[in-house]
Amino acid sequence: MSKAGWSTLELMAVAAAREIANGEVVFAGTGLPMLAALLAQHTHAPESNIVFEAGSVDPRMQQLPMSVGDSRTLLKAAQAGGLFEVFNYVLQGGRVDVGFLGGAQIDRYGNLNSTAIGTDPRRPEVRLPGSGGSADLAALSKRTVIIARHERRRLPERVDYCTSPGWLSGGRSREEAGIRGGGPAALVTTMAVIRCRADSHEPYLSSYHPGFSPAQVQSQTGFKLDLADAIETPAPTPQELAILRNTVDPERIFLG
Amino acid sequence: MNTKVIGLEEAAALVPSGASVSIGGFTSQRHPSALLRALVRKGVRDLTIYYHSAGSDVDLLIGAGCVRRLEGAYLADGVFAPIAPNFRRHVQQGRLEVEDYSNAAMMARFAAGAMGLPFLPTRSMLGTDMVDEVPADRTPGRTAAGTPKKFVAHCPFSGDKVVLVPAIRTDFCLLHVQQASAQGLVRIEGQEFLDVQQALSADSVIVTCEELVDDDHLRLEPERNRIPPFAVQAVVPARFGAHPHSVHNHYDYDPDHLGAYDSAARSDETFAHYLETFVFGPADHCAYLDAIGGLRRLDQLRPKRGLGYNPDLRRKDRGTQ
Repeated sequence: MSKAGWSTLELMAVAAAREIANGEVVFAGTGLPMLAALLAQHTHAPESNIVFEAGSVDPRMQQLPMSVGDSRTLLKAAQAGGLFEVFNYVLQGGRVDVGFLGGAQIDRYGNLNSTAIGTDPRRPEVRLPGSGGSADLAALSKRTVIIARHERRRLPERVDYCTSPGWLSGGRSREEAGIRGGGPAALVTTMAVIRCRADSHEPYLSSYHPGFSPAQVQSQTGFKLDLADAIETPAPTPQELAILRNTVDPERIFLG
Repeated sequence: MNTKVIGLEEAAALVPSGASVSIGGFTSQRHPSALLRALVRKGVRDLTIYYHSAGSDVDLLIGAGCVRRLEGAYLADGVFAPIAPNFRRHVQQGRLEVEDYSNAAMMARFAAGAMGLPFLPTRSMLGTDMVDEVPADRTPGRTAAGTPKKFVAHCPFSGDKVVLVPAIRTDFCLLHVQQASAQGLVRIEGQEFLDVQQALSADSVIVTCEELVDDDHLRLEPERNRIPPFAVQAVVPARFGAHPHSVHNHYDYDPDHLGAYDSAARSDETFAHYLETFVFGPADHCAYLDAIGGLRRLDQLRPKRGLGYNPDLRRKDRGTQ
């Protein structure tokens, strides 16, 4: 908890929730994405719909799920199917507006690694869980929001292994690879919000969290950031904090 | 009428070493865990496992030395174990072959197998290292048998780029469901995950169930039955057979046990102790249920009617570590 009266995780959840517009279809994974999606639903985006890859479509959850397959994702759901329905008809069918992703490494163009750290994926230094639905969301959502811990080693120039495609090598490379959905719109970290320029897809510092300077953010980032347009990340409102703490995560499962 | 009902140990005896297997459920949900423990006790080896979002079901088999090769997308128990510990250690030590796909790609592969097709296209995985991944024989994009595994192609009609992924046909699919009849009708409640496609892409389906019910009862609502009974080889009554994983409407996951599993599975030594305590030690499934805390613990996992889970379950202490 900072002197300001909120924690970094709370600020991240609020910043990520603000990426969701009312009426959008949101594809959420485990952890902070669920906080963000639920917070948005309880504040500025009451008509947003959440879908989970394990099969639940548009539930009215009362408790945070521990994974996307949790029974808690089914409460008052519009539909309960399985991976076949959600991946084929909802995601590949082009109906997901925003997908939330996380990963161990994120590079300059928002490519994401959740498979293996090291030079040989067959004998990795660290084996990670694998894509799950991450590569699918990254390729097929209209846009993605990535949530990550901000450390220099986690934000390298190039990921060791590209599990989930961002803007690949920038410019038109994503389009040329044949990927249909839009790419990363924002990277929300423990220090900042990073976005990319329209055509080059080069990253820039959109905002730095209170307590950090743009120079500090750059020093913890393994690729060059354009700092010209950076502002301070707007603080959570008392209403957002109250809903996050009392309604979204009263058990403090993800808020800690 | 013929019955397909057999016991857990009898079912485990059907699966030989070297078989290819897929397992139903999703991360910490609805795995046929009691049957998997019976497989470990019987000493099955060299399995090839096909999975999408597995958890401590597949991780248990890996840690017990039953698995030679994996093809799949994700191995973790959600918040309880963000990376499946035996999987991680065995891959890092070069003890296990893995071929990576995305969940949508594995869905397409099982669906192709279920439909009798040789492959299906997906718009996912383009531009990723999964497409270029080198299989075990080090020939890019080809298996030892020389079969392409992932293939970037242009649609002959639209010209769109797609990735072609090969069908999966397994020897066995092992499922745990809420209800089944002795004749092989199956009823899944809550999310189906990929159970139907996994079952229909297997030569043999073994179903463990919470309740054995009359076939006629399941035939009152045929629209809720998604697997034809003639695709099911064996039905095994196994109450609480998914523990420590959850079964919608029957019991929640067990955060204490999943937390203890995650800790134990981080080294060979501590995992050997886990196996002795919960797999080799208990004489049968009932003895296992005693070992995990018996009715006292199982009562704490009971769902609230109408919710399918227990909203008062203590999830945090173990769950966030």
